[in-house]
Amino acid sequence: MKKLFFMLLALPTLAMASGAAIHLDHAPVNLNDQESLQRGARVFVNYCLNCHSAGYMRYNRMQDVGLTEAQIKEHLLYAADKPGETMSIAMRTADAKAWFGAPPPDLSVITRSRGADWVYTYLRSFYRDDTRPTGWNNTVFDKVGMPHVLHELQGQLAPVYRTEKSEDGKEHHVVDHLQLVKPGKLTQSEYDALVGDLTNYLNWMGEPAKGDRMQIGLAVLLFLGIFYVVAFYLKKEFWKDVH
Amino acid sequence: MQKLLNWVDERFPLTSTYKAHLSEYFAPKNFNFWYFFGSLALLVLVIQIVSGIFLTMHYKPDAALAFASVEYIMRDVDYGWLIRYIHSTGASMFFVVVYLHMFRGLIYGSYRQPRELIWVFGVIIYLVLMGEAFMGYLLPWGQMSYWGAQVIINLFSAVPFIGGALSEWIRGDYVIGDATLNRFFAFHVIALPLALLGLVVAHLVALHEVGSNNPDGVEIKKLKGADGHPLDGIPFHPYYTVKDILGTVVFLMVFAAVVFFAPEMGGYFLEANNFIPADSLKTPEHIAPVWYFTPYYAILRAIPPIFGSQFPGVAAMGIAVMIFFALPWLDKSPVKSIRYRGPKFKIALTLFVIAFIGLGILGVLPATPLYTLISQILSVVYFAFFLLMPWYTRNDSTKPVPERVTQ
Repeated sequence: MKKLFFMLLALPTLAMASGAAIHLDHAPVNLNDQESLQRGARVFVNYCLNCHSAGYMRYNRMQDVGLTEAQIKEHLLYAADKPGETMSIAMRTADAKAWFGAPPPDLSVITRSRGADWVYTYLRSFYRDDTRPTGWNNTVFDKVGMPHVLHELQGQLAPVYRTEKSEDGKEHHVVDHLQLVKPGKLTQSEYDALVGDLTNYLNWMGEPAKGDRMQIGLAVLLFLGIFYVVAFYLKKEFWKDVH
Repeated sequence: MQKLLNWVDERFPLTSTYKAHLSEYFAPKNFNFWYFFGSLALLVLVIQIVSGIFLTMHYKPDAALAFASVEYIMRDVDYGWLIRYIHSTGASMFFVVVYLHMFRGLIYGSYRQPRELIWVFGVIIYLVLMGEAFMGYLLPWGQMSYWGAQVIINLFSAVPFIGGALSEWIRGDYVIGDATLNRFFAFHVIALPLALLGLVVAHLVALHEVGSNNPDGVEIKKLKGADGHPLDGIPFHPYYTVKDILGTVVFLMVFAAVVFFAPEMGGYFLEANNFIPADSLKTPEHIAPVWYFTPYYAILRAIPPIFGSQFPGVAAMGIAVMIFFALPWLDKSPVKSIRYRGPKFKIALTLFVIAFIGLGILGVLPATPLYTLISQILSVVYFAFFLLMPWYTRNDSTKPVPERVTQ
């Protein structure tokens, strides 16, 4: 019986092991690194915010990462008139669907559904694939509709295949790793840092109140800790005549 | 002050109600850890109602606006994120507390004569709570909201003959849509909370009529002192009010730790897929109900279809919940508390707990042949706990029950 019980305890880890076929790199997210968040915001506005909206995010919320309203207006406000507006885009959903097969998703909470690690790995895993209509494919998201928007920065990667035998004995090619075949404007480490900043920004944008949340949480726990001591002695005092 | 009180008492039973339910409601003095969860369940109910009222001020029950209005609450409403996380954490914590409260009833025989009605009201509360949680989960209008509701409502279409019409009637449409969202909102914010409040009152009135059970399963009203009060009883107020404050503070620390540091609870309280707006054309790869329903979901999947009909699984799931009603009449043991019961009951209860938790874990996982087999074994254990109870409790050995409660 005990064995069965421990088997049951092991089940969730087994399931995860079978589900996580794609290796994800750890995203360097840090909510306290305001400079990284600001750089990420610039990359986001320049490269993402043409096809992807962030419809729940207001421009002026970026004051939370240390930007002034004037800075936001001058450097980041291309697609809107007022800093109080949300990050919407001009592209129509019907057009987007015709061009990409599926409309690009809103990115407001993308790290909350996909996870920061997924986004970080995905943006570094595009490779040339001439069988795809866009000419690009992705090892994290097979047959993705999105082309490699950052390719002028990263350059072009090509897949290196290895042969694997499946259970029925058939041989087929799988992507083993990606190799740089045409360098871009940035070195690999510079590109990783840029995507790191972008991911950091997306992660912050997923829940801008997260920093506040942790701080208030500490204060609440501290208060409850003190209250516990008071409540403990109150109870002890009242209960001393119960035998 | 006394004059004012007299004035009120002549018109409303204020002092007598206060005495009957607080200052002169005598509770056994030997309550232990397990007795915190009743008052904590009441606390969570209040938390949910208050946070829910504030959410209702900003939420929009409209398929086109619902998802966005939740993000609006998270971003643009002052402390909206806090209210929302309190409410979402509260939903899960409600079930944590209620499951522990029910387990207390199981180990100390709190459902036994003369407390059958308290138990019956409690099981109805549990049922209403499941409906309340299920309907609330649709409101954020994310992918898991949508597809979770789809799976559950489709269960009704497995009912023979009337199934199709029944599920359509529940949805108010051929698919889950705006009509479904609107009616679920109505049920979630008014119909079911109203029923819950009434049932909680009935649960407490019944409890205070017969008096609380205790870890020894001794009836304290049998032995009274010269003052007419039970020898082993102490007034609920102030003794248990100050003790419950202590339990409340510890509970709130756990609650706050989740709200402020892990509101998603690793995807168990808030699922990652629910941050994608509902899309009727995209079925998520793996649909799992929220953790508190997974034991029953595992039972549902464990029962194979008969003649191509899923109805047996649906029926088994329904019976698995309803069978709790029968508990007071299935238990034939001469003693109430586990402290004086024999090994047969203890083994049966242990197996039941393993089955319940095991099914809960399996309900989250995808159904593979091995997992289905384990689910089937655990489902048999689950039902055997109830169905064999008259036998293993009747001929179990017992220890003598003391006259007075022990410390």
